[in-house]
Amino acid sequence: MTLASISANNLVIRRDGIQAVDSITFDLAAGKLTGLIGPSGSGKTTLMRAIVGVQKIHSGELSVLGEKPSARNLRPKIGYVSQDPAIYNDLTVLQNLRYFGTLARASHTQIDEVIGQVHLEQQRHQLAQRLSGGQRARVSLALALLGNPDILVLDEPTVGLDPLLRRQLWSLFDTLAAQGKALLVSSHVMDEAERCDIILLMREGKLLWQNSRQALLTHTKKTTVEDAFISLVEREGH
Amino acid sequence: MYHIRATLATTARIWRQLSHDPRTVALIFVVPCVLMSLLRWLYDDNVAVFNHIAPALLGIFPFTLMFIITSITTLRERVSGTMERLMVLPIGKLDLLLGYMIAFGVLAIIQALLVSTLILYGFNLDIAGPHWFLTVMALADALLGTALGLFVSAFARTEFQAVQFMPAFVLPQVLVGGLLVPLAHMPDLLEHIAYYLPLTYAIDALNSVAKNTDITGDAWRDVWVVVAFSIGALLLGALTLRRKTN
Repeated sequence: MTLASISANNLVIRRDGIQAVDSITFDLAAGKLTGLIGPSGSGKTTLMRAIVGVQKIHSGELSVLGEKPSARNLRPKIGYVSQDPAIYNDLTVLQNLRYFGTLARASHTQIDEVIGQVHLEQQRHQLAQRLSGGQRARVSLALALLGNPDILVLDEPTVGLDPLLRRQLWSLFDTLAAQGKALLVSSHVMDEAERCDIILLMREGKLLWQNSRQALLTHTKKTTVEDAFISLVEREGH
Repeated sequence: MYHIRATLATTARIWRQLSHDPRTVALIFVVPCVLMSLLRWLYDDNVAVFNHIAPALLGIFPFTLMFIITSITTLRERVSGTMERLMVLPIGKLDLLLGYMIAFGVLAIIQALLVSTLILYGFNLDIAGPHWFLTVMALADALLGTALGLFVSAFARTEFQAVQFMPAFVLPQVLVGGLLVPLAHMPDLLEHIAYYLPLTYAIDALNSVAKNTDITGDAWRDVWVVVAFSIGALLLGALTLRRKTN
């Protein structure tokens, strides 16, 4: 049996008095690409922020590599991409990477490597504020890869990217999972579930499904994840 | 070793950001010099008044400017999401704040040197005590402004609120700090309050060096009080900087 990289048990998170995550339970294994799929406002970002240790938990349990998410020794092991690209717009791509690289204890070689992985070789000396939204999102992703973390929590990393780049990034996620990392990648685009080993379907803070895409389609007797999502919602009586 | 590297990397990062914004850097250095020149011009027929207030202003300018810059910069970090990103990394909160302190502290040194050089040698400010002490005190005040700015930025949610902290935190200290009315001539309650405010000690030290040929024991006490307030504000800043939010 594989030890769960991220494990939640009856997890409840309240934000501004609203139950953003409502009693959810799941286990995520290392070496798997897990998609956290659901519409806007379903609690994906709140859950991801809790996993990386910046969101308070109301009740239940959440552990990351067997530790509480806020544990100090976990920080070098987690890479995080927030929903809005949190980078310094008044620095160049390379300056952003060098700063975060120092903090994540990454080598100069790795900085060059991640620039290649997100296909920003041509933009390395450009100020982040002059980049397009998609390019900034890729800088944000590159920062999360620094330090070679065991767990990658990526909040909508492919939003706004052209289809070719999106495909390349999903291939990169596959490669990283094959290296033994645990990846949790959120998206509000149901089609992106196709690329994941496991999908967690969320709606209004509740977890509707956790298993493979194929198992979901078989279970709901549907051909697309979107139809399967609607079928699950209807069955739940929402 | 990691903590030192993280602190220095933060300092270097802030300087790089500023290097892409030369207008802000120019404003940091030019505005206090222009204001001091304006003041000197205003009292052209009564230089004694300028000599009386300029030393104290040498402390107030860097304090105010560093307070505003630091509080807005840290707030911007919080609003843009980079602060949250940093909080996920192994960097300590104090590493980050010290990085800020050093980055803006060096700017403050340059600013203090420029303004004190201007008033001492450009305007021949007549002070009894050693010139270097004015610069040291101006630097201590700039560090105090930086530390307080870091601390209070935790209570602002928008940049507009952060700017409002200037009249809320800085102006009262200027008003009751002994610049406008000597402490002894103030109503008792205000005088008592003034002794709990750090800028009072800064103004006292600067006035003292203007009047006395030697640095008095009280002036040194004032320096240490300002430094102690700065360290206290920095530690409070680290405590109020939260990794987790609700």
